[in-house]
Amino acid sequence: MSDHAELVSHLRAAWLSGRTRPLEYRTAQLEALGLFLEEKKQDILEATALDMRKPSFEVELSEISVCRSELNHTLNNLAAWMKDENVDKNWATQLDSAFIHKDPYGVVLIIGPWNYPINLLLVPLIGAIAAGNCVVLKPSEISRNMERLVAEALPSYLDKDCFAVVTAGVEETTRLLENKFDYIFFTGSPSVGRIVMTAAAKHLTPVTLELGGKNPCYVSDTCNVQNVARRVAWGRFFNAGQTCVAPDYILCSVEMRERLVPALREAITEFYGPEPRDSPDFARIVGDKQFNRVQALLSSGRVAIGGETDEKERYIAPTVLVDVQEDDPVMREEIFGPVLPILTVTSEEDAITFINARERPLTLYVFSSSTKVVRRLLERTSSGGFCANDTIMHMTLTSLPFGGIGLSGMGRYHGRFTFETFSHLRSALLRADGREALNSLRYPPYAPRRLPMLRTTVESRRRTAACTLL
Amino acid sequence: KTRPLEYRVAQLEALGRFLEEKKQDILEATALDMGKPSFEAYFTEILLCKNELNDTLNNLSHWMKDEHVDKNLVTQLDSAFIRKDPYGVVLIIAPWNYPIHLFLVPLIGAIAAGNCVVIKPSEISKNTEKLVAEMLTCYLDSDCFAVVTAGVEETTRLLENKFDYIFFTGSPSVGRIIMTAAAKHLTPVTLELGGKNPCYVSDTCDVQNVARRVVWGRFFNAGQTCIAPDYVLCSVEMQEKLMPALREAITEYFGSNPRESPDFARIVGDKQFKRVRALLSSGRVAIGGQTDEKERYIAPTVLADVQPSDPAMQEEIFGPILPIVVVANMDEAIDFINARPRPLAIYAFSCDSKVVNQVLERTSSGGFCGNDTLMHVTLTSLPFGGIGNSGLGKYHGKFTFDTFSHHRGCLHRNMGLEAINSPRYPPYTQQKLGLMTAAFEIKRKGMCTLL
Repeated sequence: MSDHAELVSHLRAAWLSGRTRPLEYRTAQLEALGLFLEEKKQDILEATALDMRKPSFEVELSEISVCRSELNHTLNNLAAWMKDENVDKNWATQLDSAFIHKDPYGVVLIIGPWNYPINLLLVPLIGAIAAGNCVVLKPSEISRNMERLVAEALPSYLDKDCFAVVTAGVEETTRLLENKFDYIFFTGSPSVGRIVMTAAAKHLTPVTLELGGKNPCYVSDTCNVQNVARRVAWGRFFNAGQTCVAPDYILCSVEMRERLVPALREAITEFYGPEPRDSPDFARIVGDKQFNRVQALLSSGRVAIGGETDEKERYIAPTVLVDVQEDDPVMREEIFGPVLPILTVTSEEDAITFINARERPLTLYVFSSSTKVVRRLLERTSSGGFCANDTIMHMTLTSLPFGGIGLSGMGRYHGRFTFETFSHLRSALLRADGREALNSLRYPPYAPRRLPMLRTTVESRRRTAACTLL
Repeated sequence: KTRPLEYRVAQLEALGRFLEEKKQDILEATALDMGKPSFEAYFTEILLCKNELNDTLNNLSHWMKDEHVDKNLVTQLDSAFIRKDPYGVVLIIAPWNYPIHLFLVPLIGAIAAGNCVVIKPSEISKNTEKLVAEMLTCYLDSDCFAVVTAGVEETTRLLENKFDYIFFTGSPSVGRIIMTAAAKHLTPVTLELGGKNPCYVSDTCDVQNVARRVVWGRFFNAGQTCIAPDYVLCSVEMQEKLMPALREAITEYFGSNPRESPDFARIVGDKQFKRVRALLSSGRVAIGGQTDEKERYIAPTVLADVQPSDPAMQEEIFGPILPIVVVANMDEAIDFINARPRPLAIYAFSCDSKVVNQVLERTSSGGFCGNDTLMHVTLTSLPFGGIGNSGLGKYHGKFTFDTFSHHRGCLHRNMGLEAINSPRYPPYTQQKLGLMTAAFEIKRKGMCTLL
């Protein structure tokens, strides 16, 4: 524990020195991060392959390319984001300078999960550095090879006085959290999210929690079944289902299910061949504990596609379950594995009621050729994010905020939103030290007759109905 | 029910009528609670609230609109936007010092964002609490908005419920309790807390103007203001110059016997009175120092030669006492400030804008005001909030609406056009990877100019 305390105060001293503030410094650190991604690409591919047999295509796309995009987007815009933002003034402050100044928080802690161990650690890091903070990174101990790579290789690219990697299991993380951080960014499960927020509360530390839940996927009767099947299968089985924004379960009519199951079978075969275990493009479950957990969910409903497992390889076949009931095991927790249950509903209304009776998910998916159906689902539900007629793709736009609501999390990031997450927006008003006459209106002895004048200097008036200026 | 614009506008307009029709009751209740002068009450409880109301009503339909965002190559033909969703049922807990303003302004944003609201006014400002509990709900839709009166124990039980957002204004110690309770339900929070707001006065300044602005900010509402200048940092020479100017300003505002001035408030309760009075034994009383327990009166007081270890420097004063702590120069002042918890506001007075900018750049605080006190919070365009011990989150103007809104990232893609998607599907190939990165990846903008 004393190690961590020393580390944190060392970082805090560096931050107080102002070293991380200049644009040039931040740019240099970000460019160094880019170098890390370049030079260590092979090591990253190997480590993720060892950890969960992640296909290198998936790593290149969802880990390396995504980080490079965020890096470039940030480097392209950082100078603009850092600028003071001038704001509207009232009459009293017309001749003053009023603006929002972007300050770093100080020493921030980023805790990453194991499923996308580069993406979910580095994308927050990019914003934290861009905003001028010092950072403690805690990669997941479950993706062991990646943890080792990050701990050994990353620090040599960054300024060691301002950035550090801490490796820790559950107990040491608890002790790490006893330190005072100025911001904590956590990605992981809701139950650990509660623990992190409770620890943060002791120091009044603001937090962003990217958690999870069961992402519903409503498939209406009017859609292109082949396209739906491919897009859903892709989203569900990418990284063997270990994705926080994967479609977790399907809601559709009985008729749609009859058409969807063969289409899903076709898509799975197209993607992974007749024997997915032999496909180099299908990942494995990250550890024995997680494997056992997901395997236990297979006893829900009836296996329509897949269902095979191999404990030694931690392989679970791309699986579709039908005749699943609400209270089956597979419906009681986030699946986080390559298992897709289909539940039937009698109507769109039924689907909406089902969704709203449950915890608000990270993402809601809707498939329909009808814009009206899509709009109805969007307007009558609440979720972190929303994607119609595809899965996962909403996460690829750096211009969309990514975050949860309710049990799926709080706060948001990606693109500019990461920079803002790690910045304190400090209001600043710089007044001239003369012009005292104007201020006299507000001083005692109070005179009610001065009120109307005072009101005029600070007020916002209600704009009445539009009148055209001729 | 709370979703349509018309509904929200109707509720907000009803709030406006509450302020209009109950104006006299508000002035009377706050006068009873802490001797708040009606000019002050009108300014902070009515006028500033009306500003927020008008700003919101003027802009609400615009704020509610979906915001379309930039798209990449792959999503060019899609619809990508940010939708503003309400959180649901939110809880607003207000303090006693500006008992209408500090629940009404958050309430405006909460309603504007489409939420249902539970309001918990402070039990310490008893008369205002009664007014709000009895009168507010007649103006608002009682299916969606409620007022709960509760002391410490019942508030603890209230917090056991799951709310979708909690907005709390009060002390850091209670803020911790709120956030811990919120953590059980993973409820997001905004905490508007407090601290000791330093006020640095450099050697180059117009002493008279500084004195008047600082005295106004410190003694408004008898010092019971979260953003009041808490203590002054200046050189020993400036302390000499400042003292007579402060005395002059106090006399100009409150007369030779402030107890008789109708424009000076009282401490809200006995417990608070005793706490503040105990701080008087710090340094040396240079101006004021008189107290009257029956009236809960503490005179506008300035303490000189205060040491960092004195009682007045150990806690937020929240009373009409202004300690002066001597520092050698600006660097020492900045170090002094940075060695302490980050405050809600930092004030810097100097004719030299470089000095003001140095203090701004080298410190960290919720907000900052150069050459005046309190005024930065009257602009609805500036975010108001703390950092570190002084709070988390921000509000006022559009920031309140944003605080109580969930910004939902939405992408609406085409059901067809499957060819665009094919490169992402297995079986994976190098060629597909090349296509994907070309389509998705954001490139670094180079330094070359296109001729």
